[in-house]
Amino acid sequence: MSSDRSQDRQLSSRHLLGLEGMSAEEINYFLDTAETLKEVLDRPIKKVPTLRGVTVVNLFFEASTRTRLSFELAEKRLSADIMNFSKTGSSVSKGETLLDTARNIEAMRIDVVVIRHQSAGAARYLAERLRSVVINAGDGAHEHPTQGLLDLLTLRQKFGDIKGLKVAIIGDVAHSRVAKSNLYGLKALGAEVMVCAPPTLMPRGVDALGVKVCYKVDEAIAWADALNILRLQLERQEAGLLPSLREYAMTFGITLKRLEKARKTPVILHPGPMNRGVEIESAVADSGASVILDQVTNGVAVRMAVLVLLSTPEVMV
Amino acid sequence: METIHLPKKLLLKNARLIDPAKKLDRTTSLLIENGKIAEIDSKMSGTKIWDLNGAIVCPGFFDLHVHLREPGFEDAETIRTGQEAAAAGGFSAVACMPNTKPALDHAGLIRWVIEQAASFPVAVYPVAAVTRERKSQELTDMMELHQAGAIAFSDDGAPVSSSELMRRALEYSRLTGAPIITHAEDLSLTGKGAMHESEVSTRLGLPGIPSLSEDVATVRDLMLAEYTGGRLHLAHVSTAGALEALEMSLKRGVKVTAEVTPHHLLLTDEAVVGYDTSTKMKPPLRSESDRKALWEGLSRRAITCIATDHAPHTCEDKDVPYDEAAFGALGMETALGLLWDRGVRAGLLAPGHLIELFCHGPRQAVGLPVPVIEAGGLVELTVFHPEETWTVDANQFYSKGRNCPFQGWELIGRPWGILKGDFWAGRVEPEF
Repeated sequence: MSSDRSQDRQLSSRHLLGLEGMSAEEINYFLDTAETLKEVLDRPIKKVPTLRGVTVVNLFFEASTRTRLSFELAEKRLSADIMNFSKTGSSVSKGETLLDTARNIEAMRIDVVVIRHQSAGAARYLAERLRSVVINAGDGAHEHPTQGLLDLLTLRQKFGDIKGLKVAIIGDVAHSRVAKSNLYGLKALGAEVMVCAPPTLMPRGVDALGVKVCYKVDEAIAWADALNILRLQLERQEAGLLPSLREYAMTFGITLKRLEKARKTPVILHPGPMNRGVEIESAVADSGASVILDQVTNGVAVRMAVLVLLSTPEVMV
Repeated sequence: METIHLPKKLLLKNARLIDPAKKLDRTTSLLIENGKIAEIDSKMSGTKIWDLNGAIVCPGFFDLHVHLREPGFEDAETIRTGQEAAAAGGFSAVACMPNTKPALDHAGLIRWVIEQAASFPVAVYPVAAVTRERKSQELTDMMELHQAGAIAFSDDGAPVSSSELMRRALEYSRLTGAPIITHAEDLSLTGKGAMHESEVSTRLGLPGIPSLSEDVATVRDLMLAEYTGGRLHLAHVSTAGALEALEMSLKRGVKVTAEVTPHHLLLTDEAVVGYDTSTKMKPPLRSESDRKALWEGLSRRAITCIATDHAPHTCEDKDVPYDEAAFGALGMETALGLLWDRGVRAGLLAPGHLIELFCHGPRQAVGLPVPVIEAGGLVELTVFHPEETWTVDANQFYSKGRNCPFQGWELIGRPWGILKGDFWAGRVEPEF
């Protein structure tokens, strides 16, 4: 890891902490690389030696299956050495601070840290204290940049171009890092973005981020070329932000019936895992309009691209 | 910090004496003798002389809102390190909040704090808890605490959550004469909030504390004060809404005073971008419109006190992700420099008004006598130089804390220390 790729290519940082402020050029660099790497996933032997000798630690302080497996698979496909670290049964559950965890990583000479943490700013916290490259795999309600990139890649494949595309993000916008990374990325690439949520799940001042704000899901459906349906965390109801899941499903759940009322059926994205029958009806999730499984495949490719661009001296595909 | 015993007679030369109560503002010399002011415009020679080179000498500043952390949290601050930080910041007296461990809810503890503080020139006036253990369940023995030396009552760090209990506390303040200092916060509205709720909290993904949390609680306490006729003091006003409610109550003759902190006057929620945990405090740094309103509150004299809410924390409590960090920021060693540079030098405050906000207003809020620059008066003076340029560096502070949100700020105007009776204490060595 001697050379710093951010010097000679279009990367503005040696870490990936978020999509806020990232240029279209840089985003496209990630997406183009992902597109190229995706081909590896269809080979009979799905492995390249690009990250041989690079050590990656997956630090998951928060429960995650999909993102963790996706990163792990991406790392394996690139022949990196991998260490996994999750909250349960680790030193963190014994009260170790993030700072001490970071110092231990430093002492073990880890090249790349993939971090998922419940606190906003945690990835940046590590990046400011480590020599390693830090990749944010989701920090609190702040950002989830690889999810943003994989959603962009999926939309680009589906529509060819993201410029001028109308994308509605629907659901728990207030607590969603996925919504944030999506809207920054979409805006950078010239899409129009709408957020649609019950007022209790709409973050204050969100219009200042340059998005349309809507409280009626049918209006969002009628307007959008694509819907990104957010997962509803079930604890939101316990916190009193929703009267009931049933009420939510009735007013904000995306159903075939609702989609049929629109002149054109929008493309359906969901970051997963889905609460079928709550924010999304099974018939919608499994319909022809859904690109949810493409998102999963693209997720691996995007994470490979991020790992390659941030952690290798040269792209070797 | 060493305390320096003054010579029996000391002539302060080239001192700019400012005392708004005496309409005094001129550069002259001041003779002090045996802990008292002997003569203004003294021409006496043959005595010890300290040439102040134009430093300002004014009645001693009083910080109405500090956390000294002792007993219980001595690794964050002690009474002594807090007193040293006060002297270095130009404060000759402070009022310390009772959120210690144990809480200052007992006369013996009040007397203990006063005794601990007696060996250093900075006077420490304890604020006693309103409720036992600050649990918002039953009132403390307020008369006994007052007689032991508590100058006010507060559960600061937390509100008195029961309106009924707050009502009774305000009624009791009529008996003690000592105000109830309210930390106005509706905890149910604060929730798990870590910063001001705004487009900035949305961008940063941090849970928000709405200005409502302070507004609702402030209105409640103002109404309770009006109804009971009790004495109320609003700690750390930070929102335009709370200010508006205060001004309405002042018009209605409610017995209420209010303070504002330097950080709420000079920083906004934008300072949180970057997740520096020194910017995390309660109430949180608010929006630019709130910040501007607070300056207007000062110029309309609705707010009559600047208090720092000096809240030291250990690195362990601050060097963590933002939402896990403790609430609180240092204040005593930067307050005067900040307000002189960004207030007086910026043309927002007259020098005399600044001194009133640091000296007179806070003492009047709790009924303490105000030091005066006049022949025969006791020596209790703040000394600072209005032209000295410096850069804020928390690593140089006398406080044990390092959680300063103004790190690296370049300021003009710097405290030197205090003269109190026969003693000098400060960051500058006197030359005589």
